[in-house]
Amino acid sequence: MIPVRPPASSGLSQSASAPEHASHAPQAPQVGAAASGGRSGHTGQRLSWRTSERIGECSGQRNHQRIDQRNHQRIDQRIDHQRQVVTSAEPGRSPAAAAVNDRQPTSPWVDSLEALALFAVDPHGLGGVLLRARAGPIRDRWLAALREALPEATPMRRIPLQIGDGRLLGGLDLAATLSSGRPVVERGLLAEVDGGIAVIAMAERVEAGVAAKLGSALDHGEVRLERDGFAARFDSRFGAVVLDESAHEDEAVPAALRERMAFLVDLSDIPLRQAIEPPVDREQVEAARACLPSVTIEDRWLEALCATASSLGVDSPRASIAAVRAARASAALDGRSAVEEKDAVLAGRLVFAPRATCLPPDDSAEPPPAEPPAEPPPPPPDENEPRAEEDKPDQEPPDENSPDQNPRDENPPDENDSGRLPDEMLLDAVRAAIPAGLLAQLQASLAPSAARSAGGRSGAVRRGQRRGRPAGSRPGEPRGGARIAVVDTLRAAAPWQALRNRERERARSVATSVTTAAATAAATFTPNAALGAGSMSPSVPRSVPASVPVPVPVQGRRIEVRADDFRVQRYRERAQTTTIFAVDASGSQALNRLAEAKGAVELLLADCYVRRDQVALIAFRGAGAEVMLPPTRSLARARRSLAGLPGGGGTPLASGIDASRALVEAVRRKGDSVVLIMMTDGRGNLARDGKPDRDRAQADALAAAVELRVCGVQTLLIDTSARPHPAALKVAEAMGARYLALPYADAATLSGAVKQVVSRGEAGGMGRGPARTVA
Amino acid sequence: MAAVFPFSAIVGQDEMKLALLIASVDPSLGGVLIFGDRGTGKSTAVRALAALLPTMRAVIGCPYGCDPAKTAGLCGACTVKPPAAVRHKAGVHDDAKTHAEAKPHAEPKAHAEPKPHHEPKSHAVPVPVVDLPLGATEDRVVGALDLERALAHGEKAFEPGLLARANRGFLYIDEANLLEDHLVDLLLDVAASGENVVEREGLSIRHPARFVLVGSGNPEEGELRPQLLDRFGLSVEVKTPTDLPTRIEVVRRRDTFERDPAAFIHAWEKEDAKLRRKLSSARSHLAQVDVPDQILEQAAGLCMHLGTDGLRGELTLMRAARALAAFDGATTVTEAHLKRVAAPALRHRMRRNPLDDSGSATRIERAIAERFGA
Repeated sequence: MIPVRPPASSGLSQSASAPEHASHAPQAPQVGAAASGGRSGHTGQRLSWRTSERIGECSGQRNHQRIDQRNHQRIDQRIDHQRQVVTSAEPGRSPAAAAVNDRQPTSPWVDSLEALALFAVDPHGLGGVLLRARAGPIRDRWLAALREALPEATPMRRIPLQIGDGRLLGGLDLAATLSSGRPVVERGLLAEVDGGIAVIAMAERVEAGVAAKLGSALDHGEVRLERDGFAARFDSRFGAVVLDESAHEDEAVPAALRERMAFLVDLSDIPLRQAIEPPVDREQVEAARACLPSVTIEDRWLEALCATASSLGVDSPRASIAAVRAARASAALDGRSAVEEKDAVLAGRLVFAPRATCLPPDDSAEPPPAEPPAEPPPPPPDENEPRAEEDKPDQEPPDENSPDQNPRDENPPDENDSGRLPDEMLLDAVRAAIPAGLLAQLQASLAPSAARSAGGRSGAVRRGQRRGRPAGSRPGEPRGGARIAVVDTLRAAAPWQALRNRERERARSVATSVTTAAATAAATFTPNAALGAGSMSPSVPRSVPASVPVPVPVQGRRIEVRADDFRVQRYRERAQTTTIFAVDASGSQALNRLAEAKGAVELLLADCYVRRDQVALIAFRGAGAEVMLPPTRSLARARRSLAGLPGGGGTPLASGIDASRALVEAVRRKGDSVVLIMMTDGRGNLARDGKPDRDRAQADALAAAVELRVCGVQTLLIDTSARPHPAALKVAEAMGARYLALPYADAATLSGAVKQVVSRGEAGGMGRGPARTVA
Repeated sequence: MAAVFPFSAIVGQDEMKLALLIASVDPSLGGVLIFGDRGTGKSTAVRALAALLPTMRAVIGCPYGCDPAKTAGLCGACTVKPPAAVRHKAGVHDDAKTHAEAKPHAEPKAHAEPKPHHEPKSHAVPVPVVDLPLGATEDRVVGALDLERALAHGEKAFEPGLLARANRGFLYIDEANLLEDHLVDLLLDVAASGENVVEREGLSIRHPARFVLVGSGNPEEGELRPQLLDRFGLSVEVKTPTDLPTRIEVVRRRDTFERDPAAFIHAWEKEDAKLRRKLSSARSHLAQVDVPDQILEQAAGLCMHLGTDGLRGELTLMRAARALAAFDGATTVTEAHLKRVAAPALRHRMRRNPLDDSGSATRIERAIAERFGA
């Protein structure tokens, strides 16, 4: 690379990059755009700031610098190219549209802007963009660019994480209803955002219920309101921007939302200085919106997109439909009335690449995609690959030689690809855009994610009355510690006010005319109180025990709240964990081993105490298994029943496992998480029917173990035999348990192992995951 | 109202479509549960069903859509209302307000002595397919005070809820597993009794609420409570189509539909009409379909073989087979009918067999093969 000084500068100023670079004077030598040839002068100007800045400041980091330079260079080339397009060739195109059309290398930022442009054209059709990024300037820039690209009147609303149903969907407007004396519907956020953009922050923490409501609105373009006495329907055609800030593997945006987003964009590793692309032009978007309905798509492109989705393992038809819409939007952005190859390529790349779950076999025999050696790009491809910004780019399987190549390396399709099938061509393009290391990551995370989804995270939380996060309200009496939900109660009472007023009036008039009963007399004396109006009035069929007047200062009236109106707050809290100990107390456990097992259990009990877990104890010996101690929090009782545990007799291992499973299921039904700790030597000698038959006993035990595995409970099997025996290991494997041999286990190991199992049990919700590995 | 994707244009998912059709042939089957992958057209199918169903006759002005041809299981007003002439003669005071504005106090008269039945005025209405949206509140589900009238006029009037609207039709719960527990309990209660009872401060309403419960959901969002599971007569699993032509067809039809809904609906109107006629005729001759003893035995044998819980499985299996036979225009239930409905009728009633990892559908197939000899 030869630094080239560009011609003296003027030209277009880049507003987006201005804040960062304005202070740097264009002085130092530059790495030029000349390498790519034929660029217009004013881009060079721009390039010069960047390189000068770099060369001047970071001379110590040669390597990085080189790479960065190249990155910049390429981006700048792109910009350059796009400008050319904008300024000369096709005046009607926006930069993003231009980006659509060249097959220049793309940076994630440019890709994200392409997605942005398409999304701006058809927000509702495309569903939305899942933006994976922490809060920060990059994300802000992206959102600002979106704002810029959308027509000015477009509503853009943020949907907060903890939004209640009333605010999200709509409902009775309490204040307006009370003051106007007629029911007033309050439109929810989803109705307000109609025709615009809903920004959902911290989407990885959105609850399944909210996600489902959003999903339903996205699907149907309307909100159906059946709340607070209203039945209404609001248009709600919006596009969503889902902000995913997840940091850990086990955090994820609810699949119901993710699935409906056309684009999954990852901004998390884009350096700030790269995010300089000029935003999409608003007029362009408006023009594109106008011509979107008339854009047609040929069958071959439709088929090609479907085929591509299929070969990349993108199963959901929603993705394919989104890709078709994206291709349309892309054509519209270009002002064309039919989808062309570049639209399909772009759509495939943006929609399918981040969702790919498998790679089709790479036909490297195919001539058209030029392999890197044939046409060596100037920079070393791997380091320079802007998409290789995943944390572990070197985990990339070696056989995937295509994904880490720049799309630039492919020849322009029009020249060479004429003979190829559209889907092959498309597939190559999409494959090229699959982030390196994505699939490796995917494979690694497949098991836990399956566990997570199968476990049903909703199962791990349960609704309580007193603690946890608020989870709506329900009708009920505020007693037994339940808290009253004041606003909901008022809302329930609001419609009745006119009626109750009338009743009160009537009661009063009755009372004044017929002055007989003492109670009515009392009412006439204190007409203002009117508290017991309901119970006094003969016309009210049911006596109303509680009437609470709530003063409303504005109107000088009172709102009468009766027992039927009461709403109590519901909360959601994490389920507590019950630890079940299943102890083999048979004769094969020589008595001293039993003592050791008891010691181990005591040790674990202490842990449970710290965690405020419940414990239960099952013992199996001789004739069968017995629940010695049902789930309790009283550790003293647990210890006592443990101490009194007699030993001896045969080993009904199968019965022991069966009993454990029954207890596990019983505890689950209460909504608690369960951890099972089984202590045995794994050598059952009594079959399920109680007959002594070692072989059958073993077979039964294994069968029972498999059944337990199906429950998916977190299990730890502690082998208590003097020397670790394969029998116990086999049982542990069958039940998908973690295996630990007691002889080698000191107190710390034991407690550590249990903690691990317990914490996994909690993390995995109800823990219906697949088999645990055997330690 | 947005345009509805035509039922017959739904690609694949034959089991789901069949289950919905059978359930509409014989509403006593007890509902359909559709569980499966996202984006497989679960909601689309149910919404499409609404447009497909033949119309039914309903008493004019009855908020519960009572059947004019029936004498039992009607709402209070329809039961009590004698024909006009009789009423006049007897001088029964007619609360000129009919059902739409039925005063609650008129309701208890429901159990007056039965009058000779005369058909009230009726009109053809579409079979209701009522959507229970997530976030619906209890008052809208069971019905509650009429807000407008309560606030503006201070009148106590009952405004029927979704259950009233769903009477004689379908009640659809999308994401059934996300429904609030107290609503689920309520629905179960109503579905079991076929009657909705509202007791609230001066409102005492009892009205028929017989509907086919259609639930859909994604198993990943959480399992369904067994009590609710059991309530569904049929259960289908939907999967994303894996073969390319089907997938292309899905996308293509969706795309065509979106570009010009009216034309698309028109293009499929013929198919839909054909289905509709088939449904109508199936309904009318459902009662005449003969179920031979041998089929009953086979159904019982199959259930025993699979170890399904309770008798409900057998009963559903038999009814579903009969409905299918009616749908096919057959007069006798055959083994083939039984086989086709076995999976949806029994799938959710089997105990999980831990030693058999294969799906319940496979197990049913295998059992069928074993029982009937492949």
